[in-house]
Amino acid sequence: MSTEEKKNFQTFQDSNNAYKPLDEREASNFIKEVYSKNLPIEIIGTNSKNFIGNKLQCAKVLDLSNLSGIVEYLPEELYIKVKACTPLSLIEKALEKNNQQLAFEPIDFGYIKNFKSNKGTAAGQLSCNFSGSRRFKTGSIRDHVLGFRGINGKGDIIKSGGTVVKNVTGYDLSKLVTGSFGTLVVLTEITFKVLPVKDSINTIAIYSEDSKIVTKLFDQLLSSSNEISGSVYIPNEPKNNNYTINREKILKFNDLKSEEPFLALRIEGSKKSIEERSKEIFKELELQKMKTSILDFYQSKLFWEKINSIELFSGTKNNLLRAVIPPAKSLDLMKHLKNNFKYYIDWCGSLFWLEVLDNENEKIEEIKSIVVKLGGYLTIIKYSENFTSDIDLFTINDTRLLLSKKIKESFDPKNLLNPGKMYREV
Amino acid sequence: MSNIALPAIDQSTINKKEYIFKKLKKLTSSENVLSHEAEIKPYETDALSAYKQKPLCVVLPENTEEISNILKFCYKENIKVIPRGAGTGLSGGSLPLQDAVLISLTKFNKILEIDFENTCVIAQPGVTNLSITHAVQHKGFYYAPDPSSQLACSIGGNVAENSGGVHSLKYGTTTNNIFGVEIVLMDGTICRLGGKTLDQEGYDILGLICGSEGLLGVITEVTVKILKKPQTVRAALIGFPSHEDGGNCVSEIIANGIVPAGMEIMDKALIIATDNFSKAGYPRNAELLLIVELDGTASEVDELIKKVSEISKKNNSLNIKISKNEAERLSFWIGRKAAFPACGAMAPDYYCMDGSIPRGKLAAALKEINELSKKYNLPVANCFHAGDGNLHPLIMFDGNKEEELKKTEEFGAEILKMCVRFGGVLTGEHGVGVEKRELMCEMFNDNDIQQQLSIKKSLDNKNLLNPGKVYPILRKCAEEGRVHVHRGEEKFPDIPRF
Repeated sequence: MSTEEKKNFQTFQDSNNAYKPLDEREASNFIKEVYSKNLPIEIIGTNSKNFIGNKLQCAKVLDLSNLSGIVEYLPEELYIKVKACTPLSLIEKALEKNNQQLAFEPIDFGYIKNFKSNKGTAAGQLSCNFSGSRRFKTGSIRDHVLGFRGINGKGDIIKSGGTVVKNVTGYDLSKLVTGSFGTLVVLTEITFKVLPVKDSINTIAIYSEDSKIVTKLFDQLLSSSNEISGSVYIPNEPKNNNYTINREKILKFNDLKSEEPFLALRIEGSKKSIEERSKEIFKELELQKMKTSILDFYQSKLFWEKINSIELFSGTKNNLLRAVIPPAKSLDLMKHLKNNFKYYIDWCGSLFWLEVLDNENEKIEEIKSIVVKLGGYLTIIKYSENFTSDIDLFTINDTRLLLSKKIKESFDPKNLLNPGKMYREV
Repeated sequence: MSNIALPAIDQSTINKKEYIFKKLKKLTSSENVLSHEAEIKPYETDALSAYKQKPLCVVLPENTEEISNILKFCYKENIKVIPRGAGTGLSGGSLPLQDAVLISLTKFNKILEIDFENTCVIAQPGVTNLSITHAVQHKGFYYAPDPSSQLACSIGGNVAENSGGVHSLKYGTTTNNIFGVEIVLMDGTICRLGGKTLDQEGYDILGLICGSEGLLGVITEVTVKILKKPQTVRAALIGFPSHEDGGNCVSEIIANGIVPAGMEIMDKALIIATDNFSKAGYPRNAELLLIVELDGTASEVDELIKKVSEISKKNNSLNIKISKNEAERLSFWIGRKAAFPACGAMAPDYYCMDGSIPRGKLAAALKEINELSKKYNLPVANCFHAGDGNLHPLIMFDGNKEEELKKTEEFGAEILKMCVRFGGVLTGEHGVGVEKRELMCEMFNDNDIQQQLSIKKSLDNKNLLNPGKVYPILRKCAEEGRVHVHRGEEKFPDIPRF
């Protein structure tokens, strides 16, 4: 440790504030120090998603918000390398200038937390691995992280992957770290794959409250060669004043009858291609028999932003669940939920975002067991004030828990990095 | 045959081999345990035939439970185990060891379920890559990763090596196209990772297993994602007067927001050789040939073809030929797919390299490879997956001249080091295996390698599963890294490689 670093570390120890390293080396030295003293640490960025996961009570806090900025962006090589806590908004702005976007569609949890957009940081997105509507078509965050640098639980700086598409030599640690909620490494630098933005967007809204019709449409869309890049179903909402916000307030569009249940599908590409594929889709799904409407480019852009900001649950004080099931099982889950819950379906039938009222906590367990029985998993994204259940926030089985413990130990032998954030034992 | 350091032989295992054979026969059946010289000879090498070593014995288990029991027994008795799929790997990933039991997955050859509704197929690991597509194509589906050995290579081997193919630029490699696996750990624990859902919760152990080259577990079942075939596919053949023009064109196509389904380049040596070999009708006056394949809806493909043609002209293309129908499109690929055998006809021996670089460095890489060719006085032919920056330089030499083999080895190692220097990686799609093992320190420092070894230790604490692969034994940058083909005597020479 240099004199300046020692001073910085000393100040942190004295004041007991969060330690804010200025660079990777300082962060590494800090972890070496806490490793030698067996002090568990909570790792934070800009706190945009700090409500997700188990609450931590750690001796120390490592605040990475100083590790911010674009390191290298080569549009023709389709990658951007950033420091871990670079705000996603900054990354998206840089990409926009070159008509590019992240290869995965990010999720914005800002509305859930505080009624306004906040996509957090690169490391935050990567640590959660929650991808937006384009997931079923183009892959999730884990599919588009080309490489990273980070610090393991002993304070060693490690790296994996690279900047090229075929990036893996040795074990693919980028995948392992994605979705690990900061329990394996402290991320310091991330390389994401980027892709060109499609020229235009269009959305077809298909109105139906018949779950059999809806799931049949999902099935047809999933197998369609017309390259749908988003498919979401917004069912009727239960009448109950305990929901913070209702759909008609959020989904106000000239060409959308938001008071009715509808399935929306997104088509992206050149105008000519959109036109051609829209026609094909109308034929393929026999939509001429159904009530439909079209959202143009501007309405579509905003509509999918709202979907990927989970705005339907803005500021909820209730429990927010995220269930992923095999798409062909969506009818089973819909049958169970009926009109008793406020929910919507994304990923062409695979992903359910679902609100459970504060006074109905016992229903969470019931839903979880159904989801697991259907071959899926459930995450309690946000829990209400009165949530007292000892149910795990994430789904896991015994064998995977055993493996996870072993892997955790190989990165963080003293269990110091975000201990218990995901599972009590990991 | 080349020499390579292998893990120390455990004499105690060899001493008790009769006991081991007897036990293994009980854990599966007598006919599934091969121990006679003639029986085990076919397993002494994979497609990296420069290295040969007979195993202690070969076991051909028939179900997951048998594998679990065999591994439990080997774990208890401290016996090394080498898993093997179809044996088409090019980096020696399933090279046997004298004191190891080789588990061949060839009897795991069934497709267990085709689930069109959830767009997936559940297959046993010994099922070949292409037969998955064959099983679903009647409904217009296919499995996207298409390594050129797809006729013979197994899906389990694809997962172990994270195989790619011509179309991985747009559709990704194996890791982006699987939903789940069942694996058995070295201690016999059976684990299911993933299922029929997108992503999985908790650590992405599926992502860790994919590409782990048989070091972490034996794969016993794979759930792959299937896709609907694109409505229209067309290809363009474009000739360039220089490497720079061709390289710039590749970068510019991508920079213009076009992501082709495939984008391949070949240099003059291969244009002539493949055209002689397969009469593909390639532009013989060009220094560099680019094959661009585009897919999507008809009008979209038309628009993209137009854009690609414009970019090519801007970059001084000599000629552009667009496929008019499916037969013509397939004919464009004939020469490219014959690149390796064509090379075999040009020289007694060749080494196939496999490295990955940023696209923008393609022209610089070709220049440096040609300079190295002059330095070593050895001819080289180049075919690249240009869209991915994945290089396959083929160094030609005469293996009967001892000094040429040594020179070729040095040449090959310099190419791989160049890849790393250019910001790329040591392997594009053939894996590290034993082939590039000692070059790992070109890419990774001690901390990086130690972290990876810690993971290995956490899942295989006795280091019994496929030891001696991927991670350096010598811990120095030995100069290795090639596929040795003598007079076309590569293992499975009839399988196209590109």
